[in-house]
Amino acid sequence: MKRSALALLSTLAFASSAAQAVEYNHVLAEQSQIAFGYQQMGVSMEGGFKRFSSQLRFDPAAPDAARAMIEVDLASVDTGSAEGDEELARKTWFNTPDFPSARFESTRVNALGGNQYEVAGTLTIKGTTRDVVVPATFTVAGDAGVFEGSLNIQRGDFSIGEGAWKAFDIVANDVVIRFRITAVAK
Amino acid sequence: MSAHYTATAKALHWCIAVLIFGMLGLGFYMTGLDLSPTKLQLYSWHKWAGVTVFVLGLLRLVWRLGHPPPALPQHMGALERFAARAGHLTLYVLMFAIPLSGWLMSSAKGVQTVWFGVLPLPDLLARDKALGDLLQTVHLSLNFLLMAVLAAHVGAALKHHFIDRDDVLTRMLRRRPD
Ligand code: HEM
Repeated sequence: MKRSALALLSTLAFASSAAQAVEYNHVLAEQSQIAFGYQQMGVSMEGGFKRFSSQLRFDPAAPDAARAMIEVDLASVDTGSAEGDEELARKTWFNTPDFPSARFESTRVNALGGNQYEVAGTLTIKGTTRDVVVPATFTVAGDAGVFEGSLNIQRGDFSIGEGAWKAFDIVANDVVIRFRITAVAK
Repeated sequence: MSAHYTATAKALHWCIAVLIFGMLGLGFYMTGLDLSPTKLQLYSWHKWAGVTVFVLGLLRLVWRLGHPPPALPQHMGALERFAARAGHLTLYVLMFAIPLSGWLMSSAKGVQTVWFGVLPLPDLLARDKALGDLLQTVHLSLNFLLMAVLAAHVGAALKHHFIDRDDVLTRMLRRRPD
């Protein structure tokens, strides 16, 4: 929390000193997606989340001052089957009644050159917080800036799938989270 | 035309028969389970075995083209002959139509079929929930039709054996007397 408050402060400080720079700070929900993929007995499965909120401040000229926060409403999961969606809400999976959302919060953004970035931050799911580094690209499309990237996590690290689901022979441990966040300057 | 089935034809017939009876049991059993790793595993096995039936069915059809089955017994009337041919044709059609409907259902439900977890079959349909549900009904209905035709098929084989006392059943069972 302290760290993110600092990040926010530095962002604000930067924003006031360089008011003429383009800062992408208003996320367009309809043009943003968060999806995930995993393997189930050799079959690639796809799913997504219908609802999430995100806050973003990003000025390509000053990536150091960038900040991102994404909060995913886990009850909005879409696995493609009602049975799967209900199962994921249970205690053994997301335990949505107790942990309704998953949250990513950036701590640092590194520009890697070109349109490549590395967003370090914390990912919290089901009460477990882990440091992650998310590779992302940023491209300008008209008025909007589009962030795209993916993050590989292991569901076991966050106790997603307990009890009978704890073994990884049927539902694999590796999960890739793919995102596309579109933002405009406001 | 030989008076016998080839060993290959008999092997294919009984392999497919065992698989199909097993598949009927597995299909009805697995759909009734609550979601669990076991259920997912059984679904995968069901798909793998079903695709196997399809492939064996293809082999069987190709083999049959080169090796016509023995003639029906002389004592059968026109209606019986028609019923036998129509029944066998329906069984062949279902041998392909049921796995095909399962494969398409899987695609429409957004789950690709990967044979034995290794060989991915192409998804001929895009993910579409309504279409998936429709194909599930098609798969189920074809299975009911299969059960009806199988009952008649087994019943007819037993009638040939115990009432008509001809060789229709034994020629599919016995080794060729030579
Ligand atoms: C000889 C071949 C097959 C037979 C006899 C067979 C039989 C059955 C039966 C009896 C059911 C239960 C029907 C119900 O209660 O809804 C079923 C369900 C199912 N079958 Fe098959 N099947 C065959 C091949 C396949 C294949 C090749 C696939 C996919 C590649 C497949 C996919 C499915 C699926 C996904 C279900 C579950 C539907 C649900 O979600 O409830 N089947 N099958």
